[in-house]
Amino acid sequence: MYALVRNFFTALRHIARGGKWYYIWLAFLSFFIVVGAVAYIRQLHTGLILTAMRDQVSWGFYISNFTFLVGVAAAAVLLVVPAYVYHFKPIKEIVLFGELLAITAIIMCILFIMVDMGRPERVWHLLPIVGTMNFPSSLLAWDVVVLNGYLAINFLISFYVLYKMSHSKEYSIQLIKPLIMISIPWAISIHTVTAFLYNGLSARPFWNASILAPRFIASALCSGPALMILIFQIIRKVSKIEIDNRALFKIAELIAYAIGLNLFLFGAEFFKEFYSGSIHLAPMEYLYFGLKGKTTLVPWMWAALLFNITAFLIFLSPRARENFLTLNIGCVLVIIGVFIEKGMGLVIPGFVPGVLGEIYEYSPTWTEKSVTLGIWAAGAMIYTLLLKFAVPIYTGELRFISKPGTE
Amino acid sequence: MPKEIKGHSLSRPISRRGFLKGTALGLASTAVPFAKADASFWDAYFQKHFREMNEDELREVIKRLEKEYAEEYDTKFNIKTTKAMPGTLFGYGLDLSRCIGCRRCVYACVRENNQSRDPQIHWITVLRFKKGEKWIDLEESEKYYYPEAVPEEGYFYMPVQCQQCENPPCVRVCPTQATWKEPDGIVVIDYNWCIGCRYCMASCPYGARRFNLAKPRIRKEELNPESHYLGNRPRYKGVVEKCIFCVQRTRAGRYPACVEICPVGARKFGNLLDPKSEIRYCIENKRVFRLKEDLNTYPKFYYFFAT
Repeated sequence: MYALVRNFFTALRHIARGGKWYYIWLAFLSFFIVVGAVAYIRQLHTGLILTAMRDQVSWGFYISNFTFLVGVAAAAVLLVVPAYVYHFKPIKEIVLFGELLAITAIIMCILFIMVDMGRPERVWHLLPIVGTMNFPSSLLAWDVVVLNGYLAINFLISFYVLYKMSHSKEYSIQLIKPLIMISIPWAISIHTVTAFLYNGLSARPFWNASILAPRFIASALCSGPALMILIFQIIRKVSKIEIDNRALFKIAELIAYAIGLNLFLFGAEFFKEFYSGSIHLAPMEYLYFGLKGKTTLVPWMWAALLFNITAFLIFLSPRARENFLTLNIGCVLVIIGVFIEKGMGLVIPGFVPGVLGEIYEYSPTWTEKSVTLGIWAAGAMIYTLLLKFAVPIYTGELRFISKPGTE
Repeated sequence: MPKEIKGHSLSRPISRRGFLKGTALGLASTAVPFAKADASFWDAYFQKHFREMNEDELREVIKRLEKEYAEEYDTKFNIKTTKAMPGTLFGYGLDLSRCIGCRRCVYACVRENNQSRDPQIHWITVLRFKKGEKWIDLEESEKYYYPEAVPEEGYFYMPVQCQQCENPPCVRVCPTQATWKEPDGIVVIDYNWCIGCRYCMASCPYGARRFNLAKPRIRKEELNPESHYLGNRPRYKGVVEKCIFCVQRTRAGRYPACVEICPVGARKFGNLLDPKSEIRYCIENKRVFRLKEDLNTYPKFYYFFAT
């Protein structure tokens, strides 16, 4: 018990201490968290009328961000596979940071769902036993199960490894191997279930297409790893962690395949809709050409397409993706591209035109933007603190005491 | 969060005339001893799902709700929990050749069912179509039409409301089972169980569901205190609602408000299991169709042509 308390304070001291830039960074994030919290309290008090969501478009920016972040969480699998299945050493050294990113992304997903709910205090209604979870009928119930399961798996793996390291012990790969192996299909499953959440609704032709789930996976494997490449460069700049260039280039190579696949699936969808030209073309038409003069999303969608194609060309060429300037440009482009395409570009056309033909143009309000920014800042804060805790354990600066024989 | 809920039951009625009175009432209710207020707060918070309550629990809940509504709206509410009658399956008919698009049904429904006036919620949407164009192409429909007089030359009208599907997608997707199909075929919502995720709204092919984006506001003198737990009792901020075939009326042997008000008799209602009912006659003798039949939702709402 004594050791536990003492270790806790050791960890806390480590997290609380940092350089000038560390505090500036935390203050910067805190500012946006406060802005988001204030906006959310107002929304909670007045109701979702402060958002641009209406009966016609009943999900908006929050659910868009949620969908994008499920992709980021699922992308950790792109590190787990080369690290543990193919034993590619440079990636094995950094897989932990991918898992911590997955934990952060899932927490952000849960926050985005919470702020979207009309009665968040009733959230216990969807738990099993105490509530009346509609399992297995509702895909939302499935999503609760798989997202929390994924959170638990990543939490167990990364904290087991950190625990062992912090006590200067070798961790037993044999012990966590089953968890790691299960985390691979589980990562795919969180994305598949989230896709099915939309996919299963026959009322919404844009979502009710079989290509939805494959496109979800493909685009997740573009944006998530691109985000990791950027974060890893920052980590090795501000800490003593060494990250081998080969690891980053390997991830970049995998992204090239993922973008290629994503563009192909997009082309398949585009062809089917426009060539057959049934009435179900309307949402696609709305996205890329506008419908009855309503064109809010058109410039965004073409920008996203342009970004994704440019990023594809960058990642495809080994010379471009192994040059950090072009690599980083490519990463930023594909992150923004997928964020538009899989966020607003996926959620909104499900509702436009509406089931009775109405066209309601949705564009997020300041409340939605502030709350969203707040959650992103909270995510960045969580990841920063997790790294502040994990990195010194990794480098051997932070060690915990343990009573001999209690292990 | 707790403050939020408390604020709900203590908040004032909204009519401008009642404002002062409401303020006084609001102040008075803050004088309620804390322990007492807290007890009812926790009762409300841990209220069970409607279908999981036994008779005693249900009676307690109704008592508490009637008290809450009385405090909030300064009106004595009577909340029934009438069960479905055995041997009934409600069905609806709408004669498109008669409908003149006057929207009297829309407003009769609002009055009967205590829909919020601000923000405005309507359970019935009347769509206007141009005659001689593509037949019922919903994308060509017009919801916002404001003529001097109806019916207008060259147009026809189609009211849409909850189609009370036998295979309702909204019930399938609800993560908390807060919405379900009753034995008499009415799809209902427990407004105290809904978490406001709006998945049901995404799943409904008929755009029938409405969300309380803000606290519903109704003038005191426009309230309908004769209500049903699963029907027209006032709703809360952040929950979903929709047409429930006026369950408070129809389970007592009356017609829904929209049927009663329709000046041209375009609306029919009855028991699908009764071979001698008017609705059965219409289905068997008129040219009926149901909306979006390709989705296999099996609506119990039939559109037909009498002439």
